[in-house]
Amino acid sequence: MVAEIGPSNIESAFLLEALKKGTRVDGRGIYDYRTLKISCGPTYGLAEVQLGQTWVLARVSCEVTRPFPDRPTEGIVLFNTELSNMAGFGLESSRSSTQEVAISRMVERVIKQSRAIDAEALCILAGEKVWTVRIDVHFLDHGGNLIDAASIAAIAALRHFRRPDVTIDGEEAIIHDVRERNPVPLSIHHTPICVTFGFFGAAGDMLVLDPTLLEEQVQVSSFTITLNSHREICALNKAGGIPLSPAQIQRCTQVALAKVDEVNEKIQLALKASTA
Amino acid sequence: MADIKIVLPGDIIDTHRKEDTEQPESNAEDSASVIRLGPGLLQASEAVSAVTAGVLHSNSETNRWWVAGNKRRYVAAVGEPVVGVVVARHGEGYRVDIGSAHDALLPHLAFEGATKRNKPNLAVGTVVYGRVVVANSVMDPEIECYNSNTGKSEGYGELSEGFMFKCSLGLARRLIDTKAPVLAALGNGVPFEVAVGVNGRVWVNAENVETTILVANAIRNSEYLDAKQCRQMVKELLEKQ
Repeated sequence: MVAEIGPSNIESAFLLEALKKGTRVDGRGIYDYRTLKISCGPTYGLAEVQLGQTWVLARVSCEVTRPFPDRPTEGIVLFNTELSNMAGFGLESSRSSTQEVAISRMVERVIKQSRAIDAEALCILAGEKVWTVRIDVHFLDHGGNLIDAASIAAIAALRHFRRPDVTIDGEEAIIHDVRERNPVPLSIHHTPICVTFGFFGAAGDMLVLDPTLLEEQVQVSSFTITLNSHREICALNKAGGIPLSPAQIQRCTQVALAKVDEVNEKIQLALKASTA
Repeated sequence: MADIKIVLPGDIIDTHRKEDTEQPESNAEDSASVIRLGPGLLQASEAVSAVTAGVLHSNSETNRWWVAGNKRRYVAAVGEPVVGVVVARHGEGYRVDIGSAHDALLPHLAFEGATKRNKPNLAVGTVVYGRVVVANSVMDPEIECYNSNTGKSEGYGELSEGFMFKCSLGLARRLIDTKAPVLAALGNGVPFEVAVGVNGRVWVNAENVETTILVANAIRNSEYLDAKQCRQMVKELLEKQ
């Protein structure tokens, strides 16, 4: 199989020349997102996100399990990503791809460690039964910026998802079939959204929001900031690449704040429009 | 053909025509109606079935049938022009990525005017425009960057400036036809050069960066537009500039 190759010399040279003039090769401004389409349904917990050419599908499901022994009153959240050959050339199906692991860990951290989901609300009977919520993210097409698309898909799917209703009767828990009683939504505290920037040039002085695949291959540094609609920073991620100044980080944060509001609105519209 | 017939893989194709209803029987023995199957169709015992999704086409004079599908993974075929990127240099030639399952081989001497002493020196990452000379299921494909019959480059060779982008195979095939409406409309507006590879890669070069981006975007946008919409889209893009 062909290993992942870098961009050709004219693609990189052209991209950098265009950036010096403040334009991007697809005609966008440097702070423009690509067209973002979110759709939820037809079943609960299924969300599809298209960010330009990048296409991601997230699916949420749940089942009743025993809790971890050290956390008897908390439910379990499992996160899984699938990045295969279908998404693009040179991507292997084996799980050890460093790129896939990096993306998977980033989005998992955003969902779990920012406490977006109320894990205590997933408890049915302490020490015995809890809900395990499983989020599966499938990358259908790799057009660049998988992290942002995956985070939007995952949180939209979680907000769209409905779990079966439960009644506690003393020591017994009765899990109602979805046909008997309407399923209930998960308890989501807030909606974290990742916003990724790419940096170019020897000093990292040129930056773009929402890099495409070619821009990702040419960039010298990448920075992801995760914010929610309450203007709280949930996570910052900068792994390697050239150093960035505090002024650059602040500029990115300001831009990201505006973008997160727009994305949140789109998620709301998609949830309302869902046919589930 | 009055209507468009869309087929999916596995569909059995009825190759009888409406005009042949006077001879409704056995197409196998009747030598007057030998059917030639083009891309996307396979014969499984008596029946002809589609193996790709797409629009079924037929040519009544040559009795050729084929499926015009659209995908993004290229399978090399002899004689097709392709845009490739050099990924490695070997003793016998270069390894060029053309988007197929295996990289193609480009011999050192497969250029215009190349001799053992005078070989072009391409770096890894160079973009080349070549023609497929060997392509089958058992060997790696091979390309050449000149016309081996005439010895002239005829446009093939290294592409040194400009920009390259990827598109679907269907769009690339439509662009190869030089009367493609989007190219004609752009040509009326701005001067530019273009090299189209049927492997879904297009190289564009214009006077400056902005124009090159405009041409590239116009071509990418034209995928689902008909001729009139293409002209309208190009007109709007040129006015905005």
